[in-house]
This record gives sequence, structure tokens and C-alpha cells, in this order.
Amino acid sequence: MAYSDKVIDHYSNPKNVGTLDKGAKNVGTGLVGAPECGDVMRLQIQVDEATGIITDAKFKTFGCGSAIASSSLATEWLKGKSVDEAVKIDNMDLVEELNLPPVKIHCSVLAEDAIKSAINDYRVKNGLTELVFEEKLH
Amino acid sequence: MLKLPIYLDHNATTPMDPRVLEAMIPYFTENFGNAASRNHSFGWHAEEAVDYAREQIAQLIGADPKEIIFTSGATEGDNLAIKGVYEMYASKGNHIITATTEHKAVLDTCKHLEKLGAEVTYLEVQPDGLIDLKELEAAMRPTTILVAIMYANNEIGVIQPVKEISAIAKKHGALFFTDAVQSVGKIPVDVNADGIDLMAFTAHKMYGPKGVGALYVRRKNPRVKVTAQVDGGGHERGMRSGTLNVPGIVGFGKACELARTEMEADTARISKLRDKLENALKQIDESYVNGNPAHRLPHVSNISFKYVEGEGLMMGFNKDIALSSGSACTSASLEPSYVLKALGLGDDLAHSSLRFGLGRYTTEEQIDFTIKAVTDTVLKLREMSPLWEMFKEGVDIDAIQWAHH
Repeated sequence: MAYSDKVIDHYSNPKNVGTLDKGAKNVGTGLVGAPECGDVMRLQIQVDEATGIITDAKFKTFGCGSAIASSSLATEWLKGKSVDEAVKIDNMDLVEELNLPPVKIHCSVLAEDAIKSAINDYRVKNGLTELVFEEKLH
Repeated sequence: MLKLPIYLDHNATTPMDPRVLEAMIPYFTENFGNAASRNHSFGWHAEEAVDYAREQIAQLIGADPKEIIFTSGATEGDNLAIKGVYEMYASKGNHIITATTEHKAVLDTCKHLEKLGAEVTYLEVQPDGLIDLKELEAAMRPTTILVAIMYANNEIGVIQPVKEISAIAKKHGALFFTDAVQSVGKIPVDVNADGIDLMAFTAHKMYGPKGVGALYVRRKNPRVKVTAQVDGGGHERGMRSGTLNVPGIVGFGKACELARTEMEADTARISKLRDKLENALKQIDESYVNGNPAHRLPHVSNISFKYVEGEGLMMGFNKDIALSSGSACTSASLEPSYVLKALGLGDDLAHSSLRFGLGRYTTEEQIDFTIKAVTDTVLKLREMSPLWEMFKEGVDIDAIQWAHH
């Protein structure tokens, strides 16, 4: 199976690889997937508490090229968005942008899960309730 | 000048040796006869060529030419041996013993027979990939008609103790069949010294053409018979009908002759390169060689690089190097290699594995390039791996409650 140019580009030059201080109150961390399944993503957002805007996003991913590309692209999209806007990022947007084949759709679902999990972590730290999301099929 | 891409997937298939191709060519055009045509010179020439190839093939494995049954490949050989014995020896029993690390052509054939009433024991392997002979002995029953254990494994290259296995089968009156696709032509295989009753092998894994293989069927001590699975003109002593693939058979014969005369030199050279590759990659932290290193094919190395995923890893160099991974992501099933799992490796290590299969045309320059490319990619992906970061921080990754999906 050949990869799309965009997947290759994100894999070769991943954006925003790194680690934010997970103890900080304005940082939300999402860790999703499982080593047994061959994919683990950790996605972090740093939020400007006054404006609710995501000022920074970082990821680290254990997985195939599509998983790495999905998380790299997700961090790109998160930066500059408000937390409320970020919640709306849909995995199918990632699929479309990266031209993921059907067998790799689960990588995009995982990235969406990571975003939502990071947002909920941020919300809980800041005294807000966790958002409840419908579970997507992996 | 190093020519890219580099092919390191010789367990999947091998390129054809130009000398094999040269031997085959006349049998497509001027000598195109049907080996079963008994009444004219076209047929006689074809039959002569097939007989010669049969000798070349038999000689490589220490067999009599009459014991070679031509097939379309090893999948057919596996099917013919197992189904053919099951049907032929139905009055003696219905029990077959095999192992969980066998090729799918063996496992799926056994599963098929289970539906028809066969009882099949699937032996687990030890962590080094070898079967436990005591377990084999304990699994033998009065109704056991066949022990089907591969000679060497296609994913990890581990060589089973074939002599000991065949002795146990013989002691209990069962036949011994081995899928020897990965070993014939690579290491010395002798059907008499090894006590083999039936053996499947194929040309395209040993620098011959695709689409032709053989099933060795013993004729003496004991005389073994299999029920034909393809009915027709009664070719191949009635065990496998169908017009013989004469050019393919000629190529198969030539490939066997080359393997026999060049094996020693090839093995010495290739195993040195394999060891160089393996020793260099073992220098990477948290890398593990899979399978028993002392009982292994000389050209194979299967290594897990913990905390990086195999397909992601291959993507770092797969435009330059062709090899295989045990990672789920390389298959449609999303399940990692069942062979690696059978060794007791966690799914995470199975997902992190690469199989290097060297061959006749592998050069030291290619190996040096591969060492660098793989090492660089592992290090780069670990910098991107949350699991590597956790491992470095001393977090117990196994203790985390992962959300499985």
C-alpha cells in the first residue's frame, strides 16, 4: 500500500513533537490507544486561560506512519483554535486531508480521541465537568 | 555504486538466478512438448528434460528421483501431503499433530480436515520457537497418522529438531511430513538422514521460477502413498494429475543443482553478513533477537525494536529497503504475527519486529546501508514515542490501564 504525499511529509517532518508539563494547570494531556494494538498517542494542549485559546500543542506517537501523520496534523490544527472549536475536529477531516485508506481510519479516530481526552483533562483540572462523547467505532 | 532499493525479503521470494532462466528458455519455444506425449520427439524431449530435473532435485535432498512429485508450489504440496495422507490412511486413524507456528497452508489445511472429522493437536512452541519433544511424545496416540512440523520457520528462521521429531513419529507408527520451503537449498537437507516421509518445497524460494514445487513422497521403509487431490490423467504416479510445467521444472532442477554446488560458499558469505547486521542492530538499546540463535537459518534475522512500531519503522526506509514486519499494520487483519505471539512475545514486541532475509546477491555495502538506515529510524521514532519516554522515566508501561479497542 502506498502512502499519500501528505502522510509521508508529516512522517518525515513531523510537526510539534514534544512534551508539555503535564502537571501545569493550563495543560491538558490525552493518552490513548494501547501498545498491544500497535498505536499509542499522547497529545497535549496548552491553553491561554484568559482567552480559552490553545497556544501550543505537542504530540508523541507510537504507531504506523498514518498514526504519526494524524497526530502531527491534529497538533497543527489545534494551535490557535479555542477549546470549544477544538472539540469539533472530526476524524473524517483528518482522513480527507491525509487521504487515509479505509484500513487506516482507526488512526484518525485515535487522534480525535486524543484531542477530546486532552480537552477533558484540561477541563477537569480547571473545575469543569468532563464532556461526554459518543464512542466512534475503531 | 549502491543500487537502490535493496531487497532483504528473501523468505518471501527470491529473484531468479540468470543461469536458471537460461536453462528454461528453450523449453518455452523450440522444446515446447508435453512430457506426457509418448508418440513423438517433442514429447520425448520434454520428458527427458523433466527426468533430468527430477534427478537434480532428488540429488539435492538425497532422494530417489521417483520420489519427487511435481506440484504448483509448496501450498499445493502441503495440501496434497496432509489431505492425501488423511484420506489414504483413514483406516489407521484420524489424528494429526502439528504446531502453532506452522505456515497457514498447513494450519488451514488441518482446520479444513477437522471439519471432516480429523482430530488435530496444535503443539505450542517454546519461547525460542522450538517445539518441546516431550510434548510431542506425550501427544502421540494410537490413532496418530501424521506429524506435520516445518523444517524451518519462515518468520524467525528457527530450525526444528527434525531428526528427533521423525524418530518419535516413527516409533509410534506415524508418518512425518515437513514443510521445508525455507530450508531446502539453504541448508543441507537429507530425507534419509532426517527420517522424512513427505516433504514440500518450492522453486521460487531458491532462485528458481514461481509456480513450480515438489512433494517428496518416500517409496521405501515405509512406502508412502497419498490420495490424489487433483484427478485427471494420472500423471506423477497417479498422485498429481495435470500437464507438467516443463520450463518451470527445468528451472527448478537447475536451481537445485546450483544450490547443491554453491550452498557451502553462499552460506559462509551470507551468514557472515547476517551476523554483521544482527550484531550492529543489537547495539541499539532494547532490541531483541527473536528465535533460537543456535538453531536458525543462516540468512534470517528477526529483531524487535521495543517502543517503536514495525510499520512506522519500515516507512522510514521502505523506498530504499524491502523487508517484512510482524506488525499488525502490514496486514489487513490488524493482528500482529501469530508466530511471534506463539513465542510468548507480547503483542507490543510483535508489533515492533522486522524480518531481515538475506540472499545470494546481498552485498556488504547493502548491509552497511541497512544498518545505518534502520538505526537512524529507530532512534528518530523513539524520540517521537510516548512509550520510549515513559520507559526512560521509569514508568511501568505494563501497569497502565490501556483502553483496548
